[in-house]
Order: sequence, then C-alpha cells, then structure tokens
Amino acid sequence: MKSVLILFAHPKFEQSRTNKALVDQIKNRSGVTFHDLYERYPDFNIDIMVEKNLLTRHDVVIWHHPLYWYSCPPLMKQWIDLVLEFGWAYGPEGNALVSKRCLNVITAGGSKEVYCSQGNNNYSVNEFLRPFEQTATLCGMEYLPPFAVMGTHQLSDQQLEDHAAQYGQLISLLQEDKSVKAIGNCKFLNDIPELKNSNAI
Amino acid sequence: MSGSILFQAIIFLAGAIICVPIARKLGLSSVLGYLLAGILIGPFILNFVGGKEGEDILHFSEFGVVMMLFLIGLEIDPKSFWNMRKTILGMGTSQVGITLLLAYLLFVTVGFDWKVSLTISMAVALSSTAIVLQTIKEKNMMDTSYGASSFSILLFQDIIVIFMLAAIPLLSDTTQQPAASDHAGGEHGYLLESLPLGLQALAVIGSVVGVVLAGRYLIVPMLRLVAITRLRELFSASALLIVLGIAYLMEVVGLSPALGAFLGGVVLANSEFKHELESNLEPFKGLLLGLFFIAVGASINFMVIGESPLMIGGLLVGVIVLKAVALYVVGMVFKIKTDQRLLMTVGLAQIGEFAFVLLSFAFQLNILDSHQLDQMLVVTALSMALSPILGIINERVVLPRFGTKEVDSRTTMDHVAKAHKVILIGFGHFGSTVGRFLRAYGIEATILDHDSNRVDLLRKMGFEVYYGDATRMDLLESAGIAEARILICAIDNPDATIELMKILKEKYPLLKLMVRAKGQYDAYDLHNLGIQNIYRETLETSVKLASDVLYHMGFRKYSVHRQAQNFIKYDEESLKRLANQPKNSDEYIFRVREEIAYQEKQLEEDLKRGIIDYDNQWDSEQMRLARKDSADI
Repeated sequence: MKSVLILFAHPKFEQSRTNKALVDQIKNRSGVTFHDLYERYPDFNIDIMVEKNLLTRHDVVIWHHPLYWYSCPPLMKQWIDLVLEFGWAYGPEGNALVSKRCLNVITAGGSKEVYCSQGNNNYSVNEFLRPFEQTATLCGMEYLPPFAVMGTHQLSDQQLEDHAAQYGQLISLLQEDKSVKAIGNCKFLNDIPELKNSNAI
Repeated sequence: MSGSILFQAIIFLAGAIICVPIARKLGLSSVLGYLLAGILIGPFILNFVGGKEGEDILHFSEFGVVMMLFLIGLEIDPKSFWNMRKTILGMGTSQVGITLLLAYLLFVTVGFDWKVSLTISMAVALSSTAIVLQTIKEKNMMDTSYGASSFSILLFQDIIVIFMLAAIPLLSDTTQQPAASDHAGGEHGYLLESLPLGLQALAVIGSVVGVVLAGRYLIVPMLRLVAITRLRELFSASALLIVLGIAYLMEVVGLSPALGAFLGGVVLANSEFKHELESNLEPFKGLLLGLFFIAVGASINFMVIGESPLMIGGLLVGVIVLKAVALYVVGMVFKIKTDQRLLMTVGLAQIGEFAFVLLSFAFQLNILDSHQLDQMLVVTALSMALSPILGIINERVVLPRFGTKEVDSRTTMDHVAKAHKVILIGFGHFGSTVGRFLRAYGIEATILDHDSNRVDLLRKMGFEVYYGDATRMDLLESAGIAEARILICAIDNPDATIELMKILKEKYPLLKLMVRAKGQYDAYDLHNLGIQNIYRETLETSVKLASDVLYHMGFRKYSVHRQAQNFIKYDEESLKRLANQPKNSDEYIFRVREEIAYQEKQLEEDLKRGIIDYDNQWDSEQMRLARKDSADI
C-alpha cells in the first residue's frame, strides 16, 4: 500500500459543492492523509518542518485545488514556495522527494471545450499546469496527468457523484501502485481505461 | 553694589533669563548669553556685582564643572572609557606638550622671565572644560570625533593640572607657604600633605579604588533603598550627596574633584539609576555652570584692558593662535578629518578656568606680580568670551568654504543607531511583551519603568531597563527622547498616558508615538489628541477569542480569520468616527455616563453594518447565473 498525501487548498471550501463531494469521498480513507491547508494555516504561516515530515512519510503527493485564473489559490503557491526548499526538494542534495508520484486534482467552472486552442481560454488545462509539472519534475517526482472535474457549474448531482466515485477509484489505484497505462496518450487521468467503465463523462 | 543674598540671586537669575534667551534666539550658544549677562551686571557696566564678588562666585560655581564631569561619566560606560585610554593619553600629552612649548617660546620672546613664562604657559595649555563640553552637548556632537577628541584632551588636562599645581611651588623662590586657596581645581595644603610621599600615593590609589567600590557596593544599594521610598526629593538629595562626597574625598587626598566625579560617574554608568541621576543633577549642573559663566563675564577687568589695550590684544591673539596651531597639528597627527579638526581647533583654543586657579596660586607664591596676574586673568576671561564667537565664525564662514563637509564614519554609524532609537515606557505585562519581541528582533529599546524591583530583576535578565517616573520630561530627555524615532507608551494608567501624550505631542511633534490604550474610552481620548497609532490592549484578544468560538462551532478558519481582520479594521474606523463627534463633558463624574453613551453609539453603528454577509469572494454563484446568458464560461 502506498500512502497518499492530499494537499487541499480552497479559500472558500464551505461554498464549494463540487469539492465537498470530492473531499467526502476520500477524506477518511485509511492510508490517505487529507491535509486542509486553508484550515490549518488561516494566517498563511506555514510550518515548514511539519510539511516536510508529511511529505517524507508519503509516497504520492496530490495538489488538490480549484483552478483560479489558470492557477492554484495563493496558499498552495505559498506552500510550494516555502516547503520545496533548495537542498531538500531540489538542488545538488535535494532528493527528499525523488521517485514519489505527484499530480494535480483540479476543479474548474469552464468545460474542457473552452480549454483548447479554439476555445475562449486558448490553451489546454495541461498547458496551464506546466509550472506544476516542471516543479514535480525538478524535484525528481513522477508527474502524472491531472484529474480534472470540469464545467462544475453545469454538473448535475448525479454527474458530480460519478466524478467523486471516480476520484475514489483513482486513489485506490494509486494506493495499489498500479502503473497507469497509456499515460502518454492520456490528457486526464479521468480518461484512463481503469476509470473509463464508470458512468462519468 | 552689594546687598542681601536674595538681591544678588535676583540679579544673577534676571541677568541669565534676559540674556540667554536672546543669545539662543540669535542662534548663539547659551555660554555666550551667560558671559554677556556677566559683563552686563559686572562692575564695568551696571555694577550690580563687584569684581571681588564675581571671583568668589567663580570659585563657588566651579562646582558646576564637577557636576558636569560626573554627568559625562554617567554617559560613558567603563568599557568605552577603557577603550579611550590611548586617545586620552596620546592626544592629551601631545596637545599639552606642544602648547606648553609654543607658549613658553612666545612669552620668553615677549620678554617675560622664564619662570613666569613657564607658569603662564601651563595655564595657557589648559582649555575650558565648562565652555567646550557645554557647547558640544548643546550641539549634540559628543559622538563625533570632534566631540570625542575634545573630551579626551580635556580629561587629560584635568589629570595633568594636578601635576601642574604640584610643580608650581618648585618654581617659587620664596619658601613662604601660600594661604590655602578654596578653589575646586585642587586644594593645596590638603589634609595629607604632612604624610610621607609613599603614604600619599597610597591614599590616592586607595581613594580611587574606594570610589569604584563604593559605586558598586554602597551607592547602588543606597539608591535602591531610596527608590523604594518613592520620594523624588530624597533621590535628588542622594544624587547631590554622591557628587559632593566624591568631590570631598578627592580634595582630601589632593586629586581633582572633577576627575573624581568623572570616575564616579563612569562607575555608575551601568547602573539602572543612570537616567534618574542624570535628570536629578541636570538642573543643578545647568544653574551652577550658568553662574560660572556669568562670573567669568563679571570678572573681566576692563580697566586693565584700558591701560594697555595693545599688550592685552596682542597676548590674546597670540595665545589663541598658538593654541589653535597646536590643536591643528594634534588633529593632523591623529588623522581627524578636516571639518572635525577645525571644529576642535577653534573649540579648544581658549584658556580654561583652571588658569584662574593656577595663576592665582602662582601669584600667592610670588612667581607672578599683580600686574601680570591681572593681565593674564583678563586675557583668560577674554579668550573664554571670544571662544563661542570664534566658534560661530568657524561654523558659518570657514567650514562652508571646505565645500562638501567630510562625512565622519563614526558620526554616520551613530546616526544609524540613533535613527532607530526606540524608547519603551512601562515594562509591565503589556510593555514586557513588546520589549521581548523587539529584542527577539535585535532591537534593544531604551526601557523606562517606575518599579525599582522590576527594574532590578529585568536588569539581571540582561535587559536595558532604567528606573524612573517616565511621565517626567527631564527623565525622558536624559533617556534621549530628542534623538528617538519611536516612543512606545505602554503605561498602565490611562490618565498618565494621556498627560504624557499631550506634552509629547506638543514638544516633539516629529516623534512617532505608539500608544497602548486600556480600552475604547481612553483610545477615544487619545484619538482626539491626534495620536495616530493607538493599540487597544483588549481589541485583538477579544476578537481572537470570538474567532476561536466560531472555529469551535465549525466555521472554516480562513473565512473567520478574514472576517476577524475585517472586524478589527471596522472597529478601528468606527472608533475614529465616534471620536470625532463632540464630547459632552470633560468632568470625571460624567465619565461613566459617557462610556455608556459611547457604547450605545457603537452598538448603533453595528446595527447599521448588519451581520456579516458571506463575502462574494471565490463565489461561483454569479458565474452560474451568467452562464445562462452565455455558454462560453
């Protein structure tokens, strides 16, 4: 069993129906540490030692956050800036995170269609997540495609439930350390065959 | 004209009160004002004070110099004094040596007997501690290299004068013993004179050690006892007793009282009573020095000038020039920057008050005749009177010609330290937290507290805490309020806080005031005084408590955190709004009623604001609604 650390950043979690559904699905699983950054650090004063210990104790690191203005909420960025220290996470002796797996779990109001070269946003979600990808790569982690719940404004309750179930399945796969097949062709983990047979779109 | 002591006192005080403010108004130093007052009330203009009386007062008021050196000692801790030893010895020896040589050559050339020349040269070599240090302090230049070197030289002169007084009798032809003089510069015919030389030396060393030990183990515990009584006048009495005691001890063993007082000051510089002692002695010192300068002015014998103006004028110019040359050379040798060197050269070029002592002593020993004595006394007094004028010419005419003023590295460093000077008043439960956090950041505030037991404890813990009632302006002044950038007022008593703020706001409008308020009501008063930075000790804590209640009820911490900060902001704004409304009454009895009225207004304001809506930040509801119109988002 691989241990999973979910770093969750949502400044207004109490108002987010989508994230509530997703978080409820995985929060109390054994082997999963759900770490609510805005609840833990309302004053943005991140305890770096605590965060490093958490990272060391886990095999999979998930950045779970809404996509705001094509990026993460500020506390998540603060976390990256402060915790991923030179000489620890990267740099000559920075190998604390090497060979851990890492991915973004994001929610976005816009649909997948608006995130492409023809859409309003001009670039794909994968392109917008490049900074995270490169951050993980620089730290020697294996960066997986994102798990994305898009078009949240239009989701029916049923659809939302399916997404949540899919998130749960994904966590199980990661815990079992299954090699996720055909990752190269796959833009989103939502699309991998193992999760395809669910009812989600 | 002589009269009762009261009449004389009135004359002196009135003279000072009329002349000194005029001098200050004209941008001149107070020394010049006092000197002018002395000339004015002296025998040659208004004749309120006879020449003989002037001299008597001169001797009496020399005690002001003793006090001044005690106060200067208080500002120099033993370590930095020890670091100064090379400067004192090096600069002092070279200044006295060169001046002595040049003066001797001058006077021999003019045609004086060699003994007379040597005696006068000794007198000429010394400068006026009173004038120079007063000027330096007034200009706040003690920390510049000009200030430090001048001080070193003066201190050396204080030491060397003892040897001069011992040497002068050797020049005397007569075996006739002089009558004991009663000057402060060194009591001849002192008590130990009959003892063998070895014992005398032992007594001298013993008394110096005595002063050091007494400072540590006698004076400080005594002051603690006095502090507990909380009687201010008793503290003043103790301060005077310390200085008088040291001066007396020094006279008994034949050392300079000024030197002893300086030593005593240095010993006490590290004690918690430093500022309290300073503020207690400051008025005495100021008055005595003022008296001293007036007396110098009054004792200028214009008759002698009238008799041989050329001779006097020539001697005066010659002496000042040769002193200046010697100082300039010393300044060059010790690599003092040009502008600082010029300040020192002109600053120390007068003949000092020790000359009165040395010359009178030599006269008693028949080395000088009365004519020579009169001439030299006039030259001395005139050189002292000219000194502030030359200083002004130097600063306004000479120094600006040097183009850019050289920046003295020491000055700038001190400037940085001073620019960050913080005074913290009150080290109780509020102030101590402030002080501890500042200290954790490497900011050592000058702390004032009125509880001597706490001061004692905190000093043991390594804090720089001083004892005293900080609502006294003089204490704040000696704690360096003039140089402070920030003053933190953490006094427990709101009335005392408001009183202090009223004074500070008026006297130091540029000082940044950061003030603790006990509650809303005194915050309201402080705001009305124009205080910008008010810290209600209860506001943040009570909001924090309320926040924690909300956390425990299950609200998200970040949202509560944001709202808590908004609430503090809103509350501070509402305080300002309410404070600007006119108050009904200042009377204390209405205070409770006022407070309730205030609370009523506050609650009304809250009603207008309503309960906290969920803020719209990160709200997707708007987008969801908009989506119905456009499918793009």
